Amino acid sequence: MKYVDEFRNKEIALGLAKAIRAEADPQKLYRFMEFCGGHTHAISRYGLEDMLPKNVRMIHGPGCPVCVLPAGRIDMAIRLAERPDVILCVYGDLIRVPGSQGASLLKAKARGADIRMVYSTIDAIRIAEDNPGREVVFFAIGFETTTPPTAVMIRLAQKKQLENVTVFCNHVLTPPAMQNILESPDIRDIGRIEIDGFVGPAHVSTIIGTAPYEFLAEEFGKPAVIAGFEPLDMMQAILMLVRQVNEDRHEVENQYSRGVNRHGNLRAKEEVSDIFELRDQFEWRGLGQVPYSGLKLKRAYATYDAELRCDMHELRVDDNPACECGAILRGVKKPVDCKLFGTVCTPETPMGSCMVSSEGACAAHWTYGRFRDHQQRRVS
Amino acid sequence: MKAYQRKLDIRNGCVDLSHGSGGRAMAQLISGLFHEAFGNEWLARGNDQSAFDVGAGRMVMTTDGYVVSPLFFPGGNIGSLAVHGTVNDIAMAGARPLYLSASFIIEEGFRFADLKMIAESMGEAARTAGVHIVTGDTKVVERGKADGLFISTAGVGVVPHGLDLSAENARVGDRVLISGTLGDHGVAIMSKRQNLAFETEIVSDSAALNDLVAKMVEAGGRGIRLMRDPTRGGLAATLNEIAHQSDLGFHLREEAIPVKPGVASACELLGLDPLHVANEGKLVAIVAPENAAAVLAAMRAHPLGRDAADIGEAVADDHHFVQMATSFGGGRIVNWLSGEQLPRIC
Repeated sequence: MKYVDEFRNKEIALGLAKAIRAEADPQKLYRFMEFCGGHTHAISRYGLEDMLPKNVRMIHGPGCPVCVLPAGRIDMAIRLAERPDVILCVYGDLIRVPGSQGASLLKAKARGADIRMVYSTIDAIRIAEDNPGREVVFFAIGFETTTPPTAVMIRLAQKKQLENVTVFCNHVLTPPAMQNILESPDIRDIGRIEIDGFVGPAHVSTIIGTAPYEFLAEEFGKPAVIAGFEPLDMMQAILMLVRQVNEDRHEVENQYSRGVNRHGNLRAKEEVSDIFELRDQFEWRGLGQVPYSGLKLKRAYATYDAELRCDMHELRVDDNPACECGAILRGVKKPVDCKLFGTVCTPETPMGSCMVSSEGACAAHWTYGRFRDHQQRRVS
Repeated sequence: MKAYQRKLDIRNGCVDLSHGSGGRAMAQLISGLFHEAFGNEWLARGNDQSAFDVGAGRMVMTTDGYVVSPLFFPGGNIGSLAVHGTVNDIAMAGARPLYLSASFIIEEGFRFADLKMIAESMGEAARTAGVHIVTGDTKVVERGKADGLFISTAGVGVVPHGLDLSAENARVGDRVLISGTLGDHGVAIMSKRQNLAFETEIVSDSAALNDLVAKMVEAGGRGIRLMRDPTRGGLAATLNEIAHQSDLGFHLREEAIPVKPGVASACELLGLDPLHVANEGKLVAIVAPENAAAVLAAMRAHPLGRDAADIGEAVADDHHFVQMATSFGGGRIVNWLSGEQLPRIC
């Protein structure tokens, strides 16, 4: 596969692994958080952990849009989908996310709710055109990467003068979440975890550029390297972070220069800011209420806002008290620290959101990495 | 006087409820369309069942339902699939498949022309595999109660005494052989799904494996512990099942696993793992190490096993992990597919 195999080359990977081993100071701990679920998945799927020295550790961050969506928002969507006049269009990875009391969109669908999996926002437009008598709602989730397609959809609905299509907006922003993690008591007050640097988002950064992360270096003194999602990208980013730490630098560096520049995709940003505005706060599973971290439709586009048009009411649901997703999403705990992990919570019957998406820390560890837990136990 | 005045209008006609009612219309559909396509001495006798002799050995029996969507896909259709799938399930016992039954649940309004095409590919697939469709059934349901056509086939075959392939037979040290590239069928189907449609040259690998199996058994004899065709859930599901049933684990090498570039690209695009994608003309064989080379050579000498490969070995493991050395250099688990990757793949 052209343009993909090049970034999965074993010889280059071994060379980078050797360089990381040579340059990482054995007396020092290097704790880097990869923010994105895409990175978490790459680490697990390619077995990167096996290639890093023991003192270079990756902490899995909250950058999986499915994982951070609070159960209340799922309940809201289920309630909406149960209305006979509604067709709810969702991206496939949402369909199994647990809401409260074991509910999910998949179960609602089996009971008769008209829930359709779509691969693009344009599919929702097509469904709305085919079903003029029904209210077609697109369940919009995701970080800055998936917001422009939602904007395109609204533009298209406008152009086609479709009156039966709306958006249930759950789009969230990356930089406020990173800031929230660095300001959390776990890190700032208690010092339960240390983060020595960030591997910054790949796809998100193609939209927003590298500039929005500069506060990490300037205000918090943390190095950051924006990296692609291929395993070689990750290895190179880790080496770049090791070098920054060794040289006591804290800068935003761009490993993913083939996709990202400082300012991002201006056209996409313009479309998004035309249609969306910041919510005062938005709830993230694991992080709680995060100020200015979510988007909603501007008043001028209220006619496309499902929350207003369909009279949806905010629902708040507490997570299972034994579920450690919150601490795992903040990097405070590892999947194996959770009592539910691998017992009642598996990808087949997920209790917490980290087990649902393949990008979630728990699902990635369960699916790809858990054999290491047994190796370690055997050694110790 | 002739029994039926008017011939079936294959080109323009379609199935209606009378074709499932047990009356003349049904008899006409069966004789005019199915007998024509399957043509054999057993069906010609027109009984509700067929009697046949079976040779020495133990009988093998299996059954399978086919609900694939779309009904026609690159490399085959629901009819050829319904023959290949059942023939393969019998062949995986090391058996020689002999006779099939075929049961059709047809939605009213289904075009005769499509039904004819499907029946003809079933007939052709059966002839190629050397099996006979000797009994069948036709039901018609109202519009909206079945998505066009569902087919269910059952089959019987014979396995020689002494050959006992079974999922609990794998032993530590055994080699894992696969007969060719993975994921072709699943990707071919996905490429034609309405909301997913993408351009690819990949065609389904749907094929009857009984001849390949016969050659393998000739070469490997009892060194072959078991065979499975990795359909839904792909190679990952098959090896995890075997690991549990045989109480061991597997170590695979990703580099050794053949995947066509077109399949790899499609999986990349859709966020799928080729090891989870369905196959309909591939098999996995767990073979004693001393027989592995001979079996692999026999596979490679067969047109359906040209790309056969030795991809790993069975290891002692209480956790029944299927582990893989990634071509990138790290290690990972090859887990069961969780949830539904894509409904109605076969």
